[in-house]
Amino acid sequence: MHSYDFALLLAFFAIVLLPAPWLGRFYYKVMEGQRTWLSPALGPLERGCYRLAGVQAEQEHNWKQYALALLTFNLAGFVLLFAVLMLQGYLPLNPQRLPGQDWSLALNTAVSFVTNTNWQAYSGEASLSYLSQMLGLTVQNFVSAATGLAVLVALCRGIARRSATTVGNFWVDLTRATLYGLLPLCLLLALLLVWQGVPQTFADYAHAVTLQGADQTIPLGPAASQIAIKQLGTNGGGFFGVNSAHPFENPTAWSNLFELASIILIPVALVFTFGHYVKDLRQSRAILACMLALFLIGGATALCAEYQPNPALISEQVQQSAPMEGKESRFGTTGSVLWTITTTAASNGSVNAMHDSLNPLTGMVAMLNMMVGEVIFGGVGAGLYGMLLFVLIAVFLAGLMIGRTPEYLGKKLQAREVQLLVATLLVMPLGVLVLGALAASLPGPAGAVSNPGAHGFSQLLYAYTSGTANNGSAFAGFGANTVYHNVMIALAMLIGRLGYILPVLALAGSLAAKNRAPQGQNSFPTHGPLFTGLLLVIILLMGGLTFLPSLALGPIAEQLSLGF
Amino acid sequence: MNMPIAQVQAPRPGTDQTRFAALWRPALIQALVKLDPRQLKRSPVMLVVALTALLTTLLCFAPESGVSTAVAIQIALWLWFTVLFANFAEALAEGRGKARADSLKAGSQGLNAQRRRADGSFETVAASALRKDDVVKVVAGELIPGDGEVLEGIAAVNEAAITGESAPVIRESGGDRSAVTGNTRLVSDWLLISITSNPGESTLDRMIALVEGAKRQKTPNEIALDILLIGLTLIFLIVVVTLQPFARFAGGSLPLIFLAALLVTLIPTTIGGLLSAIGIAGMDRLVRLNVIARSGRAVEAAGDVHTLMLDKTGTITFGNRRCSALHTAPAVTARELGEGALLASLADDTAEGKSIVEYLRQLHDFNEPAADQFSPVAFSAETRLSGVDFEQRRYRKGAVDAVLGFIGIERLQMPSALAKEVERIAQSGGTPLLVCVDQRLLGVIHLKDVVKPGIRERFAELRKLGIRTVMVTGDNPLTAAAIAAEAGVDDVLAEATPEKKLARIRQEQNDGRLVAMCGDGANDAPALAQADVGMAMNDGTQAAREAANMVDLDSDPTKLLDVVQVGKELLVTRGALTTFSIANDVAKYFAILPALFAAIYPQLGVLNLMQLASPQSAILSAIVFNALIIVALIPLALRGVRVQAASAAHLLRRNLLIYGVGGLIVPFAGIKLIDMLLNALHLV
Repeated sequence: MHSYDFALLLAFFAIVLLPAPWLGRFYYKVMEGQRTWLSPALGPLERGCYRLAGVQAEQEHNWKQYALALLTFNLAGFVLLFAVLMLQGYLPLNPQRLPGQDWSLALNTAVSFVTNTNWQAYSGEASLSYLSQMLGLTVQNFVSAATGLAVLVALCRGIARRSATTVGNFWVDLTRATLYGLLPLCLLLALLLVWQGVPQTFADYAHAVTLQGADQTIPLGPAASQIAIKQLGTNGGGFFGVNSAHPFENPTAWSNLFELASIILIPVALVFTFGHYVKDLRQSRAILACMLALFLIGGATALCAEYQPNPALISEQVQQSAPMEGKESRFGTTGSVLWTITTTAASNGSVNAMHDSLNPLTGMVAMLNMMVGEVIFGGVGAGLYGMLLFVLIAVFLAGLMIGRTPEYLGKKLQAREVQLLVATLLVMPLGVLVLGALAASLPGPAGAVSNPGAHGFSQLLYAYTSGTANNGSAFAGFGANTVYHNVMIALAMLIGRLGYILPVLALAGSLAAKNRAPQGQNSFPTHGPLFTGLLLVIILLMGGLTFLPSLALGPIAEQLSLGF
Repeated sequence: MNMPIAQVQAPRPGTDQTRFAALWRPALIQALVKLDPRQLKRSPVMLVVALTALLTTLLCFAPESGVSTAVAIQIALWLWFTVLFANFAEALAEGRGKARADSLKAGSQGLNAQRRRADGSFETVAASALRKDDVVKVVAGELIPGDGEVLEGIAAVNEAAITGESAPVIRESGGDRSAVTGNTRLVSDWLLISITSNPGESTLDRMIALVEGAKRQKTPNEIALDILLIGLTLIFLIVVVTLQPFARFAGGSLPLIFLAALLVTLIPTTIGGLLSAIGIAGMDRLVRLNVIARSGRAVEAAGDVHTLMLDKTGTITFGNRRCSALHTAPAVTARELGEGALLASLADDTAEGKSIVEYLRQLHDFNEPAADQFSPVAFSAETRLSGVDFEQRRYRKGAVDAVLGFIGIERLQMPSALAKEVERIAQSGGTPLLVCVDQRLLGVIHLKDVVKPGIRERFAELRKLGIRTVMVTGDNPLTAAAIAAEAGVDDVLAEATPEKKLARIRQEQNDGRLVAMCGDGANDAPALAQADVGMAMNDGTQAAREAANMVDLDSDPTKLLDVVQVGKELLVTRGALTTFSIANDVAKYFAILPALFAAIYPQLGVLNLMQLASPQSAILSAIVFNALIIVALIPLALRGVRVQAASAAHLLRRNLLIYGVGGLIVPFAGIKLIDMLLNALHLV
């Protein structure tokens, strides 16, 4: 590693961690409707939205109403997006006259963007019109992230309130998350990206003649605005097919740093938002410490793996640097590995290197990041509510050992809560293992892999992991655009999204209804290093115990067979 | 509210039958009986193990490549053992509780009762035919046929069969001593009793139901834990079932019997197998304390209690005021006062009077007159004085105003030194008694509530566990505060009325706290019902016993502290074994995965950290360990994990270290040892 690699790591953590406490407080105030410096500008807009939609902002929902509103909204979003994708050939803003997508691909893409997954079985510049990109995908990039944030604050309220029946108003939460939470930051990032050279235009693709005299078509489009929300909303769906490895998506080292940092900027800040909700920032610090530790363990493992010399070349007298296959030479090994680890930890499907070419161990870290349920920072809102589920599981498992009914922040965890927790624990095994096994045992779908043996298995495992975890990144080398995989991965994405959101909202409702026991020295300590360590072990244990056998058949077997 | 205090635990009936030696044989038979699927389905984890064992047994007849029949048979056998060991644990726990219940029940076989007919005459019926609201007559020498309330009569009842306390207690209609328990013997007079429970609902039946696996109601935490265990079982089921398609994708095939073995080692069999035994053993510990819980729920709630509301009298202090000091009036010697006070108390049979005599006998060496040498003057509501007339002198003691009235002076005329002393005693929460002989004031006796020895330390222990104690007393705030300070309670509810008690409990609950209290009077019933844990005294009223969710047969209010302990132990034991069980899976993976995939990816052999001899021995060792660990942990499950008085953080750190880290390490050593043994014996 060079000194500029360390500079990148340092700058990345500084941009992400330093503003987090301030940003987290800002999100708390915004979501609770308190006055912020943006209120004068956006307040009238917010109230205008409510008046236009006929939303009674003061009227709160119980969890069922909240869930119903969320489902209705997401279903409407899905139908609209599906229609746009299939009918784009008849719609305006289509200078390339691209035809509509096939039904299975449109279904897959629509589900993918509604669920904040951004799995792309298509290539953006070759198959989507500007209208589809902007009105279809970018809109969902915003509202799917806002949905995640809304679910999170509903859960926060559930934990913080006592003997309450309501968890907030979904329409209000959605509006505030979008208006205050996402739009201003996206505006800032989009401008930074345009400055660095990312195109933002409605103009037709450019045509050029190369030095060799060949014709070249250079895809353009309104990219900067979509890339900003793709990163900040932990979506990851690239404007162009090769995503952030494309020079127009990610032109410079600066754009790489900005895009990297913006992946987990909001998820990190939200950890502090939670602390403000429960009026105890120690909880935030414990959770953040656990996330950081998991992130660093994964990152260090991946960096070590990537800087290994190739064992096949050791006997040949050659000087080796880190392998560069599948990586952008502009970003180098550290820039690529950091991106891989950050995106897979944060449920962001963008890539700036091809994961298929990574060292098997790095690929495994990427998969494990997703397999634990995208809780290491994770998606906007989704990451933290996933982490809070693990916190509750840790409290339930270990809480009995202090001789009391397990309690988190004074809320008792009883049969109902455990039922809901168990439901969420089943999501990843169901989506990854069951759907993966189905794909692996059918000759057609199993043929989608481009390599035999353990590596081929990794490709397949990665695809279903990425879908279920709502990550959206691809391992590459996996021919996903078939009717079978389009439908099944769409199913995996739905299981992964709703399998968490619905139990989380039910949990919010049942926790809100409980009285809150006073916190004293006999209550379970959920802050401090002991709990952070416990939480870390439980996350690794649950992920490890569920997925070790399949990882053994994929990346572990491959790593060992390469002779590392 | 005077309560007899069982200072010494009387030997309990049935102790001999609860020894392990007497229990293991019937428990072994029960372990086989419990293979009945209807019983097995109460524990879903063990049901899965039993089904897997069945499947494996069938697989023994269809040999697979890579597995020798001998190994297959051994795997099947050990899977059956796993189920049997779990059943044995439950049977053993049941056996201890049942032995005691059976010995009690034996007395009621063939018992008859005199039931009152509508016309007032009596008929003889079997005790088992009695229903609620039947009225029966019991005379001296007979057993009371069921739980009930005394309608008429007064009698001495020997409740030794239930409480182990040999001294008979008085039961009479009305008041706080009206409840009687079935299977106790009348030793004098007669009683007319209204039966208050139908067959199968009596105290005794409740006791039996708590310690019988098949009838037992699961407690809330147990249900929650059960759901988690089912969830984990489902996850591992998915893991194991999907492994075959994945292996086929990799071009190999896994022996079904190995997959079955993997499933059983991964699902939480240790806690799944012992969960029931832990619950029964916890209830049994309670029964041994002579506390009958209406449901296991209340026992668990006891572990969660934040606030203990304790009556001052009988719990924190000895029920009676005791003499603690004497102060002389001016110009009276200590000996004169001592003699006067002794004589004035000699004929006084109350506890206060006796305590004065006791105190003075220790202090001075008096020549006490014989009982026939003086004529006693008993306390009367009119004079409010007691004492003796001895050698033509009238020795009297009593409340300040009563004695001043007796000698005919005003309060202001009292010598100022004495007046000051009287004032000081009252200030400190004590009771001043004046002593006089004829018209001469001798001095003042300081009576005060004496705090039970050791109670202060006990409260300190509770405080370490985060439990606050609130002293409830009818005393004025001044007196109450003085005793509270001495006893080291956290808070006081003075001048308590039943309404105030109820309001206080509600307020605590509103703040999110769980409250435990004990009581015996009819007016305690609403508060007992409102409290999360209400413990009634066995010698209390039927109303209190109905409202409470547990009854202490020894009528010892300090038992509440033990109940809290039992509740906590119950939860800790479950948590500890759950943690242990899950932590064990890590080692099992390292044993089984390399063995399982040896044929497909031999390079995965590096995961064989324990260097187990062969794939077959690795899998068999893991299964054997999995079964034996249940047996090894039976004593812990039955005894329960001790809960020290310490903060939650301390308890967590300690238990995580023992059961979490221990659970990670132990199986590595255990599986390796078993593997060496299996290979040495050439079993694989």
